[in-house]
Amino acid sequence: MIRLVGVAVAATVVFSGAALAAEGGKPPKIQDWSFQGLFGEFDNQELQRGYQVYQDVCAACHSLKYIAFRHLEGIGLNEEQIKALAATFQITDGPDEFGDSFERPGLPSDFFPSPFPNDEAARAANGGALPPDMSLIVPAFSPRWVPYEQRHHGADYVYSILTGYDEEPAADVELQAGLNYNPFFRGSQIGMPNPLFDDMVEYVDGTPATVSQMSRDVSAFLTWVSDPHATERKQLGFRVMIFLLFLTGIFYAVKRKVWADQH
Amino acid sequence: MSAGSPAAGKPGGFVNWVDSRLPVFSYLQKEYGEYPAPRNFNYWWNFGALAMFILVTMIATGLLLAMQYTANTEMAFDSVQRIMRDVNFGWLLRFLHMNGASFFFLVIYIHMGRGLYYGSYKAPRELLWMLGVVILLLMMATAFMGYVLPWGQLSFWGATVITNLFSAIPLVGDGIVTWLWGGFTVDNPTLNRFFTLHFLLPFLIVGVVVLHVIALHVHGSNNPLGIDPKGPQDTVPFHPYYTMKDSFGLCVFLLVYAGFVFFAPNWFGEPENFVPADPLVTPLEILPEWYFLPFFAILRSVPDILFIDAKLAGVLAMFGSIFVLFLLPWLDTSKVRSCRFRPTYKWFFWILVLDMILLGYVGGNQPDDLSPLGVRFIVLGQIGTLYYFFHFLILLPLLGKIERPRPLPASISEAVLPANRAGGGAPAGATAQRMEKAR
Repeated sequence: MIRLVGVAVAATVVFSGAALAAEGGKPPKIQDWSFQGLFGEFDNQELQRGYQVYQDVCAACHSLKYIAFRHLEGIGLNEEQIKALAATFQITDGPDEFGDSFERPGLPSDFFPSPFPNDEAARAANGGALPPDMSLIVPAFSPRWVPYEQRHHGADYVYSILTGYDEEPAADVELQAGLNYNPFFRGSQIGMPNPLFDDMVEYVDGTPATVSQMSRDVSAFLTWVSDPHATERKQLGFRVMIFLLFLTGIFYAVKRKVWADQH
Repeated sequence: MSAGSPAAGKPGGFVNWVDSRLPVFSYLQKEYGEYPAPRNFNYWWNFGALAMFILVTMIATGLLLAMQYTANTEMAFDSVQRIMRDVNFGWLLRFLHMNGASFFFLVIYIHMGRGLYYGSYKAPRELLWMLGVVILLLMMATAFMGYVLPWGQLSFWGATVITNLFSAIPLVGDGIVTWLWGGFTVDNPTLNRFFTLHFLLPFLIVGVVVLHVIALHVHGSNNPLGIDPKGPQDTVPFHPYYTMKDSFGLCVFLLVYAGFVFFAPNWFGEPENFVPADPLVTPLEILPEWYFLPFFAILRSVPDILFIDAKLAGVLAMFGSIFVLFLLPWLDTSKVRSCRFRPTYKWFFWILVLDMILLGYVGGNQPDDLSPLGVRFIVLGQIGTLYYFFHFLILLPLLGKIERPRPLPASISEAVLPANRAGGGAPAGATAQRMEKAR
């Protein structure tokens, strides 16, 4: 197979775009999340704090192109709040009757504006590395070197990477130019510099904004972003399962009754 | 049941009016009402009906998804995200469809395993079996092309790798690949034709399923004893006996299926496919979905053989592993169908199952990595591949000659009905008795 596609360049790194040794990284720090498990649900306070971190910090480089302001209903904002929030953004629209684009205040139906006009501009501003869109980073971020049962721990990965900058590289690690040491990333070197520092964000609800707290909140928010219908899905799932259990019981009884004269 | 002319309905009623012009009601009555089915099916016989159910589910959900999907390399990934986020219950449709593919293969593999264990492919059901293998091939083509449509990294690279297999054909290979792609790489024309074919093939599957059912109803179903019914005492009408048993089985199946759809919808999926396709970035590992892994392992196991290079040999071995199933009715020389009466073959059946699981495990790992058994995966793959072909090409023809089968019961009713148990008393009867209690 490797022969077939000539994957001699299998070490190409998807997210940073830089070629690194594909030696893997440390397994993630497994966290307790409110949304994990069969009965887990998102915590709207946490999601709203996470949105604040995304907006104040991450959004400088990372787009969230599948999320519109109206979607924020899913993290507990009401219609008025969403309208007011959207209006604080300037959206490029057009063309107008003269064929020019123009700026206007955002509407709930607008999708989050991207920090860069195109990928080339994004690379140019980030030393050649493309900051990936964050919409699906949580489910995509489950590299293969971790044990199978941790493969779907994307939120733990995001959290581990964000809190993983405080470790010093071992003496024999040679950092490539423009890359930063992070043992949780593939190859332990990442294009993104440490993005979070204590008290970088002033939380509306007064929670102390430690690096760990902000990392948790934004990881939870990005999990919601990747799977906004998760709570609805589980709730419908329980109703479906109860209905099916009931139906299974009925058909089992019917089947026994029908077969009673054949034994 | 009452030997009905047209189904229930007053003489001169609407049903009779239609039926005398278009006998759909008498057909249903004959083929799904009175159809005499052996009275001793176990639950492994549910899987045909389950496969039919999933086929319909896949077509229905697929049709609704196709209304929202855009087959264009610039928009495919985004349109899938629109389905997941903004289309009403789009997430449900997509998860039903995605997981439905996995469950379709699971059900079909069990259905085929049942056929292997109970000898359902033997005379006079050879064509029935071969039509089933045609359905499997069509399913594989459909599933492969469906996986390309979301246009994630594995969609793109999977399509590249699998279509590249055809370049192994001597002389015309490269031309065929260009023709398949509609260009010099997997690109928009490829995505467009894959979408078209992914839409078409399920209807061909429906057509072959109809033939499969017609072939089945000529001689009737096989059964766990593998002996033919001798008369009405050996059969029950399909309705209500097996319609109700199948309904119960379907409910149990739905519980498992819904469990995955609602609570672990991405369990079968690969994280890498959440990354949009990028022809400039090769994923670390390109792996097919789990249901292709055993065949993928066979593909990667074959080394250079004489003047055939490894790539062509691997492709031949992979297609050969399916083609050999077409020959199965003639490779198996034993006249006895059911494993219940084949004490030796029974063991080899389970060894074959383990071999397929081994091949699937090997297929999910890099050939050059060290396996937990201390040898490289490619060695395990080669052993598994050799055993697979040994089973069909050497073991089965010989075993039929040397194995001494157990004595067959005189009839189904003698073996399974309580009134006859005292007299019958064969070990087979005892097995059947346990099974009956399970009902």
